[in-house]
Amino acid sequence: MKPGQFTYHAPRSADEAVAMLAALSPQEGRVIAGGQSLVPAMALRLAMPAHLVDISGVAELARLAVEGDELVIGAAVTHSRFETSAVAGPLGRLLAGVARHIGHYPIRTRGTFCGSIANADPASEWCVVAACLGATMVARSARGTRRVAAADFFQGMLATALASDELLIEVRLPRLAAAARWGFYEFSRRPGDFAVAMALATYQLADGVIAAPRIAVGGVEDRPRRIAAAEAAIVGASPSAALLQAAADAAARAVAPIDEKAETVNYKRDVTRAAVRRALAAAAIAEDQRA
Amino acid sequence: MNAPATRQKFIGRSVTRLEDLPLVQGRGRYAASISFPHQLHMRVVRSAHAHGKIVSIDTAAALAMPGCFAVWTAADVAAIPPIEFRPTHIKGLEPYRQYVLARERVRYVGEPVAVVFAEDAYQAEDAADQVVVEIAELPVILDAEQLPGEFEPGRDTEPTVIRKKFGDVEGAFREAQSVVELDLIIGRHSGVPMETRGAIARHDATRDVLELHGATKRPHPNRDLLAKMLGRSPSSVHLYECHIGGGFGVRGEIYPEDVLVCAAALRFGRPVKFIEDRRENLMACNHSRQQRHHIRAAIDADGRILALDDEFFHDQGAYIRTHGASVADGTATMLAGPYNVPAYRVVAHYRLTNKTPAATYRSPGRFESTFVIERVLDAIAAKAGIDRVEARRRNLLTTRQMPYTRPLDLHGSAMMIDSGDYALLFDKTLERFGWAQLQRDLAQRRAAGELVGAGVAFFLEKSGLGPVEGVRIIVDTGGTVEVVTGAASVGQGVETVIAQICADTLGVDYRRVRVTHGRTDRIDYGTGAHAARVTVMTGSATHIAALKVRAKALEIAASDMMEAEIDALDIVDGRVVRKDSPDSPSVSLAQIAAALTAASAVAKGREPGLSADGVFHCEHEAYPYGAHVAVVKVDAETGGVKIERYLASYDIGVAVNPMLVEGQIVGSMVQGLGGALFEEFVYDESGTPLAVTFADYLLPTALDVPPVDVLLTQDAPSPLNPLGIKGGGESGITAVGAVIASAIDDAIGRAGAVTQLPVTPQRLHAILKRRQQSPQ
Repeated sequence: MKPGQFTYHAPRSADEAVAMLAALSPQEGRVIAGGQSLVPAMALRLAMPAHLVDISGVAELARLAVEGDELVIGAAVTHSRFETSAVAGPLGRLLAGVARHIGHYPIRTRGTFCGSIANADPASEWCVVAACLGATMVARSARGTRRVAAADFFQGMLATALASDELLIEVRLPRLAAAARWGFYEFSRRPGDFAVAMALATYQLADGVIAAPRIAVGGVEDRPRRIAAAEAAIVGASPSAALLQAAADAAARAVAPIDEKAETVNYKRDVTRAAVRRALAAAAIAEDQRA
Repeated sequence: MNAPATRQKFIGRSVTRLEDLPLVQGRGRYAASISFPHQLHMRVVRSAHAHGKIVSIDTAAALAMPGCFAVWTAADVAAIPPIEFRPTHIKGLEPYRQYVLARERVRYVGEPVAVVFAEDAYQAEDAADQVVVEIAELPVILDAEQLPGEFEPGRDTEPTVIRKKFGDVEGAFREAQSVVELDLIIGRHSGVPMETRGAIARHDATRDVLELHGATKRPHPNRDLLAKMLGRSPSSVHLYECHIGGGFGVRGEIYPEDVLVCAAALRFGRPVKFIEDRRENLMACNHSRQQRHHIRAAIDADGRILALDDEFFHDQGAYIRTHGASVADGTATMLAGPYNVPAYRVVAHYRLTNKTPAATYRSPGRFESTFVIERVLDAIAAKAGIDRVEARRRNLLTTRQMPYTRPLDLHGSAMMIDSGDYALLFDKTLERFGWAQLQRDLAQRRAAGELVGAGVAFFLEKSGLGPVEGVRIIVDTGGTVEVVTGAASVGQGVETVIAQICADTLGVDYRRVRVTHGRTDRIDYGTGAHAARVTVMTGSATHIAALKVRAKALEIAASDMMEAEIDALDIVDGRVVRKDSPDSPSVSLAQIAAALTAASAVAKGREPGLSADGVFHCEHEAYPYGAHVAVVKVDAETGGVKIERYLASYDIGVAVNPMLVEGQIVGSMVQGLGGALFEEFVYDESGTPLAVTFADYLLPTALDVPPVDVLLTQDAPSPLNPLGIKGGGESGITAVGAVIASAIDDAIGRAGAVTQLPVTPQRLHAILKRRQQSPQ
């Protein structure tokens, strides 16, 4: 479990990082930020990059700020920055609530939000957040900068729309309305483990009925995604136990777990059902009423 | 001989550990910390196939890599015999031993097929990646219950079938009121120390001494085994222990890597270092536990056991390692546990599969057998319509039966349980847990829809494996007492406990006692630290040696220095004092030691040195016992289990240091939780191990462990040793699988639902699904 040989590069600016990537990506160069996924993969020699471009020391990439209606998360922003509310309003509280589920504290002090997004593990909490809320990924390379919607960004297990010379320079999350409700539920074997299944739900209540629901599931399919059938089950209706169950049932039917064994597929469906119902139930409790 | 000091100052007290200072200062020295100038690093090339013929191994590319010094395959170590197992009465195991590098066939993923030696660990791994091993695959066997296949031409994969029997089993089943029958599975898991294995060998050519550093658990037997394998005299081989990050039975056995670093150090004339990585550890270090039992119990109308009849399949993995068939044999011996069983038959199929070889892990055979017999007790309760507690009360051995001889052969003599008051400990346990009130509370919560329940399990442990252990005690001229022992420390507090025993017996402060262990160059013999034996065996030997030193000191003080009768003297805090006037002039042990230097002692016709050897001999083991009680809550939708409360009780006879015993109990309980709920070496259908990192092999973390209440009692001292001690090294793990299964059954309202460990969420979810589909 010693990594193969590599050359380490420490750019001082985003421009330098992008320039390095342009030069080194054809030579098996890769970006490293917190290294919480890449370093174990290197130790197992599942990843053998010849060059590492370490962006964790680039100050301008550690920016976490609100721009208009978006929260802008720089490439070097660590998970732990979200543990206390990173932005006023429900989005900050949502991110804090989710962050607690990511690995363990030492992991959260090193691993980065954008690193999780770029790694695209199906069981990544941030990928579920990005899919659910409709994040915009900003990719930059020497060829220019482009924006990719979450639905287009995640392309499969550990697969994204990023080209090898592109740096995911920031992720932009739309701020939630002040009255937005949210709930997150994750089941894993142990706290901090990869999820067996997890669900994130947000909606607003307009005149007592559910509006603008977003329900996303992670850890089950090869990428996290919103579950339209579950959202359709609740939109325009008043929250009730039966309604939440209907949405959960719809989600369980809609997902296609990636496991090969039938018993595992069935189990994953059932845990999906529980996760969606529990996330919705959490959302149904106004934030000031929560324990 | 004069009586020892009447006042006990240290035995029985939770004094702080002597060994902690370097550890808490970050000055611990573990195997990886040990390096020697000009050392080579060894990297093992391991089989990627579970079973196959070795067609070719091409080392040319590896040899051409930077820093690569040499590459060995089996041909380079052709003179080294396979690794022996301990002496055993079980015949026919020899052909299944493992060579240090695979010959002709590979039989598990992870089997060493070649080793690379290079200037640093990175270069060694780089070069190892370039060794090309061509394997022609053969069919794999992954289920010990499947018909045996071929180990090699003319030899199948069932080395032996172990049979144990007493009483009229057939008659008992004929006469039985009813019969319970269970099919039970214990999962493959093992001790997984935080520190992986390490071995650093060097040959001192000036003295012609081979040194192996990083030894643990059994330095002396391992010295003898290595000397034999390498064709050297034992006195020219020395093993050195360092700090150790967990032993648990798996570390400190002789593995291929230990032999290879020694052979290479001898051949190359350079030190050779091997540090196992985690992925290797999970596929190379001993696995354990995996068994499937088909057990029947004949019972009378009151739920009393008339007979047990068990046939089980022990999944040994690919080879027979140093323990031989002892885990299967021990399981077959211990199955009746603390219960009255008039008739008994066990047939154990000891079979090889294409997985990592298995051996002992903390509470070997007992974690397994306790799960099985306690599942049987719960089934008996259900069948007889009695409470689970009552089922145990009716079957436990009583004090009138102690010492209790069970007609089963153990180390060549009948198994004899030395002492125990099981009913008393059971009562104390249930009382402390508030069992009766708890049942009412749980009934209420269940009525409100919660899946909560309580489990109970009793267990019999064993400890103090003999037959012999010895120490040498030396008082130096500064008055410091050194106890030199062949025991090893696996972190359990050996130095403290031995110092406590020595201190009380001799009459010194325990902090004036240095305990030297794990060095074959300081004492010629020793058995090591395993089988919960050190406090019992080494402690007893220490007591004996300390009595001798005490007698010698008093005799010299009386005759030469204080002009008093021996009986008028005592030793207090390292000084010989007059009992009737403790404040009158006294003589220190340092002064006595100085009076016994070689020159002055010989001049007076005495043996030089204030020192003595003590040897303790005992053919029988001491049997501690305990009970576990737990409350769990089940999440029906996810299959998750939350442990709400846990009590582990244990009678240790005499606790030399209760704090350390409680630490053993809690620590081993946590490991038990791993085997009950989390840890499992899973393989795919090709025999590829799927749990080779900590992302897939799930150890319990602090977040998974409930507060553990400990009830430590001393109601049944052992009559087998002078201090009445029983061992505590395996004290908290034995019944965890059993009690978790019992509690989950209770929580979901179905007796006997749990038949397999670990109870993963997916397995429990499947059990709950079956219940929905076929309500019982």
